[in-house]
Order: sequence, then C-alpha cells, then structure tokens
Amino acid sequence: MSTFLSSNAELIISLVKIALLLFIVLTVNAYLTWFERKVVAHMQSRWGPHRVGPHGLLQPLADGVKFLFKEDPTPAGADKFVYYLAPLLALALALTSIAIIPFGPDPIHLFGHDIYLGIAPPDLNIGILALFAITALGVYGIALAGWSSNSKYPLLGGLRSSAQMISYELSLTMSVVGVLLIAGSFNLKDIIANQTSTKWGIFGWNIFPQLLGFICFFIAAIAETNRVPFDLPEAESELVAGFHTEYASFKFAMFFIAEYTSMITVSCLCTIMFFGGWLSPFPASWTFTHYLPSAILLPFGLWVIWDGIRYETIFGRIILPAVGTAITALGAVFILFPDVNTFIQGPFWLLSKIFIFLFIYVWMRGTLPRFRYDQLMAFGWKLLLPASIVNVIITSFVILAKMQWGPK
Amino acid sequence: MVPTNYYVILSAILFGLGVFAFVFKRNIITIFMSIELMLNAVNLAFVAFSQALGKLDGQVFVLFVIVVAAAEAAVGLGIIILIARNRQSLNVERVDLLKL
Amino acid sequence: MTAPLVVFFVLAALAILGALSLIWQKHPIHSALSLIVVMVALAGLYLLMGAEFVAAVQIIVYSGAIMVLFVLVIMLLNAGIEEHTSISKLAGVPGLLLVIALAGFIAATIARSSETVQAAMQTGAISSTKGISNMVFRDFVYPFELTSFLILVAIMGALVLAQREKS
Repeated sequence: MSTFLSSNAELIISLVKIALLLFIVLTVNAYLTWFERKVVAHMQSRWGPHRVGPHGLLQPLADGVKFLFKEDPTPAGADKFVYYLAPLLALALALTSIAIIPFGPDPIHLFGHDIYLGIAPPDLNIGILALFAITALGVYGIALAGWSSNSKYPLLGGLRSSAQMISYELSLTMSVVGVLLIAGSFNLKDIIANQTSTKWGIFGWNIFPQLLGFICFFIAAIAETNRVPFDLPEAESELVAGFHTEYASFKFAMFFIAEYTSMITVSCLCTIMFFGGWLSPFPASWTFTHYLPSAILLPFGLWVIWDGIRYETIFGRIILPAVGTAITALGAVFILFPDVNTFIQGPFWLLSKIFIFLFIYVWMRGTLPRFRYDQLMAFGWKLLLPASIVNVIITSFVILAKMQWGPK
Repeated sequence: MVPTNYYVILSAILFGLGVFAFVFKRNIITIFMSIELMLNAVNLAFVAFSQALGKLDGQVFVLFVIVVAAAEAAVGLGIIILIARNRQSLNVERVDLLKL
Repeated sequence: MTAPLVVFFVLAALAILGALSLIWQKHPIHSALSLIVVMVALAGLYLLMGAEFVAAVQIIVYSGAIMVLFVLVIMLLNAGIEEHTSISKLAGVPGLLLVIALAGFIAATIARSSETVQAAMQTGAISSTKGISNMVFRDFVYPFELTSFLILVAIMGALVLAQREKS
C-alpha cells in the first residue's frame, strides 16, 4: 500500500486536488446564486430568500433537491444524442477552465511533496491560450442545446449566442494582447509576477497601463458568459428562456452551474490579468497589512454570533452562532500562527478581488437593461474590436519606445 | 517518443478519409467540411515533420494553413448561403443548372 | 508500450473514428461534431509532439471559430438529412478506389523514405512560442502580411456574397 502511494503520489495528489476543487467550486456556485438573489433583492427593496434556513442560507440546498427530483421530459423530435450532449459539454468545459487558474504563489509542503494551489502545473506555458481554447469550445454547449431542442425559441437563442460569442471572442482575445506584450509570456504565474512593484503594490498592476484593455476585456467577458446586459441568448421577455427553454431538471441545472462557473473563471482572469492576482495593493514594507484577513474575519464572525443569538427561529439560533464561531476561530488561527498567515496572504488577496468582481457581476444584473440585438452586434464590431486593436497598437508602440529610449 | 512514421501514416489515413468523404457526401456543407478534414491531415504531417527535423518552419506553415482555412471558410460559407437561398436545397446534385 | 505511445494510439483512434463518423453520419450537424472530435484529437497530438502553440491555435481557430461558423450556417439554413440518389451511391466506388490508391502510394513513399526521417529524429525537437513568433515576424513576415491581405479580401468577398440585393 505504501509503495503504491509513493509511486503514484503525483497522480493521487492531482485526483485529490480535482475532487477538492470540484467540491469548492460547486459549493461556491450554489452560494453565488444565494448571494445574487440576496443582493438583487436588496437593490429592489425586497428581502430575497429568507424562508429556508436562517437568512435563506439553505436555499441553494433546497434548489438543488428541487432540480434533482423534477420531471425530466425530452421534447418530441429532439435530436437525443445532441440534446443530452449539450449540457454535459457546457458543464465540462466550464469546470475544466477553472483547473487552469493558479490560486496561490507558494506550494504547501505536505508528505514531502510541493503541492501548488490549482490543478494545472505552475509552469504551463500556454496558460492563457489554453483558457481561451476552452472558452472557444464553450459556444457549442449553447448552440447545440438550441438546435437539438427542435423548438423555435431555443433555436433563436442558440443562433444568437453563437453569433454573439464568435463576435465577442475576438475583442476578448485582442484586449488581452496588451497584457501579454507587457508580460512577455502566456503563463499566468509569469503575468502576475510581472505586476510586482517596488513601492505601492497597486501601481504595479496592469490596470493602469492597460485601462482600455481592461474595459474591453471585461465587457467582452460579460458577453462571453451571457450575463446581463448581454444575456440575449436567454432573454426571457423575448425568447421564453432562450437556449435552455426545453431543458428541465438536472440538465437545466448543468447549464446553470456552467454559467456561474464561467462567471468565476472570468473574475479570476480579470484579477490575474489586470489586478495583480495574488499581489497585495499595499507596499511590501507594511507588514501590518498581513493581519487584514484576521481583521476582517474576526469582527465578521463576532457579528454573525451576535446576529445568531437574536435570530427568530431556534434552528437559526443554533446554526448561526456555530458558523460565527468557526469564522472567528479561523481569524484567530491566522493571528496565532504566523506561518499560516504568510501563506494565506496570496490566496486572500486573490479571493477578495475575485469576490469584488462577482459582486460587480451581480450589481450589473440589478442595474442594467438588456441590449437590443443589432445594438449588441454594432457595439461588438464597431466599438469594442477597434478599441481593443487600438490598445494593442498603443501598447506595442510604448513598449518599443521604452526599448529604444527608456532606461536600461 | 512516438516515431514520426506513425504520425505520417495517421495523416495519410485522415487525408484518404477526407478524399472519400469529399467524393461520397452529397450535402454541400459536409463536402466543405471534408476539405477541412484534408487540411487538418496535412497540418498533422507538417507538425510531425517539423518535430522530426527539429525545425519550426512546419509549425509556422500550419499557422498559415489555418489562416487560409479561416478565409476559405468565410467565403465558402457565404457561397453556400447564397446557393441555399437561390435553390432551396443543399444537395449538390440539385445544383446542376447554370440558370435558375 | 510507453505512455506517449498509448496516448498516441488513443488519440489516433479517436481521430480516425471521428473521420469515419463524418462519412457515416447522415445529418450535417453530426458530421460537424465528428469533425470537431477529429480536430480536438489532433490538437492533443500536437501537444504530445510539444507543439503547444499550434495546439492552442488549432482549438481556438479551427474548432472554436471555423467549426462554429459551420454549425451556425447549418442551424441557419436548417439543413436536413442528406439524401442520396443511386448515382451518388455509385460515386462511393471510385472514391474508395481513389482512397486505396492514395493510401498505397503514401504508404509506399513512407516505406521507402523511413530511414532518412528516422535519422533526422536524432536532432531532437525544439518548440516554443517564442521561436514561432520570431519566425513569423522575421523570416516569414512577407507571407504573414500577405495573409492579412487575404483575410481582408475574404471578409469583403463574404460580405458581397451574403448581402441581399436591394430592390
């Protein structure tokens, strides 16, 4: 047994990492739906989910159970094979793209192995290209779902989505070229390492030289993930539910999870490409900022305990203080063990930035109206693509000028 | 290491299947797709030889082939849409008249 | 059998099955899906050979853009199941003969020239994105610029073709 373990250590570590990441991503997905409903509800002066569990925290679980037990009809005349393949493809590709994201700079030393956070090897040379390759295939899930349902609204949704995604993929790729030119590498780790700055960390980030690129990237990325204001493939007021009209039960849940997973991937990419990934925005000499994770977790945990004690239901009065205690304990652990604290700095900054982007996603959903289809196409081709090409040209000229006349 | 021969043989098989599909299929879109299959087979041979000879020329050529294929697909699909609009059919056998 | 060989045979089988399925399937969408399988398998083979950049481009451009265009057109034109007349079934016979002749010719060529290829193998493969970009923008810069011109012409051609005549 032990020889088996030691000889296949790499494989086992990878499998464990995959299982762990899958679990985390699916849980985060579930609570992202809760978060979205809560935030949008508060923006519209409503309460949002609050019946199932304290503050509606068990709502994702109830939704999941509902998805599992619903009837799962297949429309008559549907192309069976493609109809079943489409949601599978969408989910598989969305989850694969997460595997390429590195989540932290340093490996954990465990059982004599260096375990990096993230599944792909840290020296993956085509990191960003591999991500684009996977997103490029993501169109099929939606287009095929629309076609195979043998129904007119899904077909329109599928057609719209494939046209939209091909158009915006161009701007998405072009807007990143500026960052790639600056970093000189496709490797996500190198791109982050290139954003380190000697003084204030925040001024080393790519967002400052690449503001235009970031704006183009973010808009194109929202269009790629089919979210508001670019959610034309599933515009409910025009197309019932677009490409997934004929999907029910777990097959619908697969599309749902795929959409939220690609939201997470895009947030990760924005953070890594433009906002310094796991780098802190503060100067490196400010060591007291290392206590920021604890400074956030401790008051939040205490607030959850205080809120839980006053909660109406008995279940809430038990579960909320327990959760609060766990959060407080986590904050305390970071203070008490300096080694752990230095290790979690990278992941902490990465995750907080990702969280901010996820919030922006939800915020936009609560705020913006949907584009009209011809507006969407005109915007993508006539404004976004030229803007991202201009960004590439300006960036390359600046780099050339720096090479010619800049300080060596 | 996989011998280069294997790659070249695979490339030949794929190219042959592409030729067969080109001759056998009747739907104009599928015929067009079999051309893409042949181009892919050639690309495989290019990359295999590039690796075998330790030179990158083959890979650069593959990039050019892909670019040309993209241009070809744009024009070809435009023609196909035009044919479908004028003849109401995608079967090449029904597109046998010079006049409408 | 070493690990790369196993991977090669799996991917090769996938590619050949995909190509066969392209011929076998009646509906153009199924044929398109088969072709995508072939392309992804070939991208895997490129990765196996260490040509990472080409593999990525293969998936991004070929399966992510060109094939999406095909699927889009199939959906747009609502292409149905392919119909075969007796003459077109007959076309398979010369097609098959042609393929056998071609395969035989290529096999003979490979059998004759295998020594030279094997000898060259020893030089070892180099592959990097940097090397490719150096070649594209230095040695091949003229053809590279020509391809951009080609794409421009293709865009204009596609626009002219797909445009509806104003009456």
